[in-house]
Amino acid sequence: MALLEVKDLKVRVEEREILHGLTLTVNEGEVHAIMGPNGSGKSTLSHVIAGKPGYEVTDGQILFKGEDLLEMDPDERAAKGVFLAFQYPVEIPGVATMTFLRTALNAQRKARGEGEYSTPDFLKKVREVSKSLNIPQDMLKRGVNVGFSGGEKKRNEVLQMALFEPSLCILDEMDSGLDIDALRIAADGVNALRSPKRAMVVITHYQRLLNYIVPDFVHVMSRGRVVKSGAKDLALELEASGYAQFEDA
Amino acid sequence: MNVAVAKTGNGRAVSDLFASAEGRLPGSSAVGAVRREAFETYERLGLPHRRIEEWKYTDLRALVGEVLPLAAAPDAAALKRAAEAVKAHAIAGARKLVLVDGVFVADLSDVKTLASEVSVKTVREVLANEANHAAGDLLQTAAIDAVISLNAAMATDGVVVSVADGTHLSAPIQVIHVATAAGASAFTRSHLRIGKGVRATIVESFVAAGKASGYQVNDAVVLWIGDDADVAHIRLMDDAPDAVNVTSQFVTVGANTKLNFFNMTTGAAVSRLQGFITLAGEGSELSANGVNLLQKTEHGDTTLVVDHAVPNCVSRETFRAVIDDRAHSVFQGRIIVRPDAQKTDGKMMTRALLLSDEAEADNKPELEIFADDVSCGHGATAGALDDSLLFYLKARGLPEKQAQALLIQAFVGEAIEQIADDNLREHVIGIAERWLERRS
Ligand SMILES: Nc1ncnc2c1ncn2[C@@H]1O[C@H](COP(=O)(O)OP(=O)(O)OP(=O)(O)O)[C@@H](O)[C@H]1O
Ligand SMILES: [Mg+2]
Repeated sequence: MALLEVKDLKVRVEEREILHGLTLTVNEGEVHAIMGPNGSGKSTLSHVIAGKPGYEVTDGQILFKGEDLLEMDPDERAAKGVFLAFQYPVEIPGVATMTFLRTALNAQRKARGEGEYSTPDFLKKVREVSKSLNIPQDMLKRGVNVGFSGGEKKRNEVLQMALFEPSLCILDEMDSGLDIDALRIAADGVNALRSPKRAMVVITHYQRLLNYIVPDFVHVMSRGRVVKSGAKDLALELEASGYAQFEDA
Repeated sequence: MNVAVAKTGNGRAVSDLFASAEGRLPGSSAVGAVRREAFETYERLGLPHRRIEEWKYTDLRALVGEVLPLAAAPDAAALKRAAEAVKAHAIAGARKLVLVDGVFVADLSDVKTLASEVSVKTVREVLANEANHAAGDLLQTAAIDAVISLNAAMATDGVVVSVADGTHLSAPIQVIHVATAAGASAFTRSHLRIGKGVRATIVESFVAAGKASGYQVNDAVVLWIGDDADVAHIRLMDDAPDAVNVTSQFVTVGANTKLNFFNMTTGAAVSRLQGFITLAGEGSELSANGVNLLQKTEHGDTTLVVDHAVPNCVSRETFRAVIDDRAHSVFQGRIIVRPDAQKTDGKMMTRALLLSDEAEADNKPELEIFADDVSCGHGATAGALDDSLLFYLKARGLPEKQAQALLIQAFVGEAIEQIADDNLREHVIGIAERWLERRS
């Protein structure tokens, strides 16, 4: 059974159809890259998978481990193993990052019927992961993403991914706003999470990220559909030729 | 006299309230005269209503209707329940002074430990002292409105605390008002005198023991703070959900003093805290923070009048309200700057978080400025929880209610963070968390 099956998905936002019948299948252990011009619907797809309100699914379905994802609240999806690293992570003043991480992790564990992490176990885990991602401890005392640079926000998303151990990771433009060193650190963090049980969907505009996170498949999205799929070489082709060939598709 | 006002909704004559209680009200004959005069004022005015400007949003006649008869002095069973409530609401490390249904209870209080640092008397003993010709002064305050006059007429007890010059209190003092009664009123009045150079944290908690319901609290506090002092004054109104609590406080601040005032209302069907704070000495700083956490059909009113009577003082007021269901929060803030009070710096800010479409917030800022070289202002915001923040939290696995709770805690946390004492801050956070758990 596929981990994620998006079948002929049609989505409207404020009366306007954004996704016009999108199909995508992701199996365990695979890394998929989605590329495509601005406004083609990449973030929309990721939001609909994560359960963001404001999108109307008019047709099609999304199955996750065979279950109807669209029937679930966003928190249920997270507990089942869906994780979206946001293109634009929000700042939450007054909610300490540590409190947030612990509350979220324990909420997910509770929903799965697992016991809560003890404080020392939790702290140990956070310390390990943040160290590998080069995130200083005192950053975690601040409000969630408050005063974080663009790159720090993205690393904080990878930190959460490592902590929550989801089975499906969707990375929406993880590389935007990252300098080359930060990109390598974040990509190493992502690669460390690659496993035969976990799949990744990497949304990006740039071939460069795919040099670090090497995909098994590359899909081109244009105007709300997947218009071409191929192996990793497809990304190189796109880099050379651009998206113009798909615009009329 | 208006006859309609003199009868309550139940047809009870208003004067019965006083007549039936008079035998139980402590005081010499001189005190009795003060009480009678105060009651006559109350009788003439009746409960405040919306046509009185200061009570426009909190119409006690409509919301409360009538003042309930005086609560009986607590019996053994009531004291037992009160003891449990005290245990549940005591702040770790604080020294307690406990009033049960308007009566001071020495057995539940830390009188001995306190005696080494401060002087504590009861209002009852001061009023009853025939030799003290000035005893009636204890009941005299500016007769600003009818609830204050009623309090002067009916006060059964309270604490008279005096902290000598230069004392640094080693622990907070917690005055706990416990209600055990159902359908009755408690009237209390306390005097706190804080000397020059004192460092002190004073907490007043209003709590309900098991079985207490539908009771009414009318409390008055006179707080006098000397020069060069550093005082935290914290009020925690955590009454039963069907109770009424109307509290008036009169605060006078000396020179070069810091006063940190914090009020949190988490209970009572109807509550009003009216504070009259006078900055009477130069170079002082007042920080006044309030938090209203209201749900169901609760009505919570915080009214603060900050009077800059002298030059060179700073006042900062921040008021936050979290309003759920059909609850109604009121904030009225008045800053008065007297003609001499040049270089006054007075600001107030109100933030309301509306958790339901039917939640209501009223905000009435007023600046009365009679000096020309001052910096004063006010601001207000009102809104719902931010959907994008809620979604982020939910996408990380937090169920809706928990995601909301985290954002609400962040919203009020900024005010709570300003409480310096660790145990006290944890205690306040605990009360806020229990409020969140009560949300349906
Ligand atoms: N809430 C919304 N209201 C109206 N239109 C929206 C909304 N969200 C997305 N859209 C529209 O949907 C289309 C797809 O947007 P989306 O953000 O999914 O594109 P994208 O492929 O992620 O683009 P980019 O590469 O710039 O991030 C755009 O035309 C956008 O304007
Ligand atoms: Mg996008």
